[in-house]
Amino acid sequence: MEKLYGILASLRPEFDFHTSENFIEDGLLDSFDIVALISELEESYQILIDALDILPENFCSVEAIAGVVKKNGGAL
Amino acid sequence: MLSVIPQTAVRFEDEVDNYTFPAKQTLRLQKVMGYKQHRIVKEDTATSDLCCAGLEYILGRGWLKREEIGGIVVATSLPDHFIPPVSSVIHGEFQLGKDVACIDVSQGCVAFFWGLLEAFMLLEHMEGKKVVVFAADVLSKKVSQKDRNSYPLIGDGAGIAIVENCMDAGKVHTILYNNGGLRDALKIPAGGSRMPSTQETAILRDMDGDGNLRALDNLTMNGADVFSFVQAEVPPLIDEVLDFAGYSKEDMDWYLFHQPNKFMLRKLAEKLGVPYEKMPMNTVEEFGNSSGACIPINITYNLADAMRTRKSRCCVSAFGAGLTWGAMVMELGEMDFCEAYYSSL
Repeated sequence: MEKLYGILASLRPEFDFHTSENFIEDGLLDSFDIVALISELEESYQILIDALDILPENFCSVEAIAGVVKKNGGAL
Repeated sequence: MLSVIPQTAVRFEDEVDNYTFPAKQTLRLQKVMGYKQHRIVKEDTATSDLCCAGLEYILGRGWLKREEIGGIVVATSLPDHFIPPVSSVIHGEFQLGKDVACIDVSQGCVAFFWGLLEAFMLLEHMEGKKVVVFAADVLSKKVSQKDRNSYPLIGDGAGIAIVENCMDAGKVHTILYNNGGLRDALKIPAGGSRMPSTQETAILRDMDGDGNLRALDNLTMNGADVFSFVQAEVPPLIDEVLDFAGYSKEDMDWYLFHQPNKFMLRKLAEKLGVPYEKMPMNTVEEFGNSSGACIPINITYNLADAMRTRKSRCCVSAFGAGLTWGAMVMELGEMDFCEAYYSSL
């Protein structure tokens, strides 16, 4: 999980992702941040994320993001 | 086929400070989304100017004779005026005969498809004539320069296809779908009869609370909804149209898709299992998303030599405002001309 937090922090260093319960509702990530995040996840975990998994609810918490990475073949 | 592309290329890096977002955050999107540069017309250039410049170029090179023209179809979302139609403006500029049909269609990014379908129908009634299909837009005039969601990607341009009946031509397999329930996902709220433009509709506001400033007179797009819609609907459409045409995915030489952004195209290619090399994605980076003109610009920029010298099996797909999505499977090639014309407009 720390690797995921690291990726999130590199994207939006001004936010503390540990204290948010919902990154989208709390305004930590917008739709363009999700695009950038997907690109980072694909590169870091050497995976291709299925387009149908690209929904805001799959990127609202570090647990949800971990689920997307795992579902698309990434080893956490 | 000809595309008319404004010579003025505006680089994304030079516009980063227009937006309310930190430059570093915005620049990160450059590679992923295809934010490189876009083509913008001059302030006094209207849609018909691009069309007329292109038709003059075609006539001047002898690729078409005025007397061969049986119809003009203009596919655009931003006509010069509400009245008259752009097709009538072109008709008048070239002093065409009174029997030349003039039709405008407004179907956003899928407009080139609808223009072609209109041409096919007209040709049923015009033996020996040709129909000139224009797909042209200058939507940079309707997108807020402070809207990072839309402005970096928008581009101006026109595509022109001369369509004629040919005895040995193959079939054009076409499927077009609509879902008007999703019409608000891509919209210019003000300026029509529902909400006429006023001083109030011209005021820039952060309407969605996301830092993007736009007015009601500007194009607004719910990017997340459009993305999800395209990824859910386009891959099964491609399967369906290929099945209809009796081909497999491997049989296609090219997948010539509308150019909304590089990320969306990459995800479509992955979902379809199509090699990136068969689906050109560079048009949006070089020229921006020019709505209905994207597909002809894509063809003339990437495949000009191939289109002049041989035939290729192509799966062509567009999707956008409406929401509308469609695909055609056809042989394209051995064209009399296929060229990108860079205009000073």
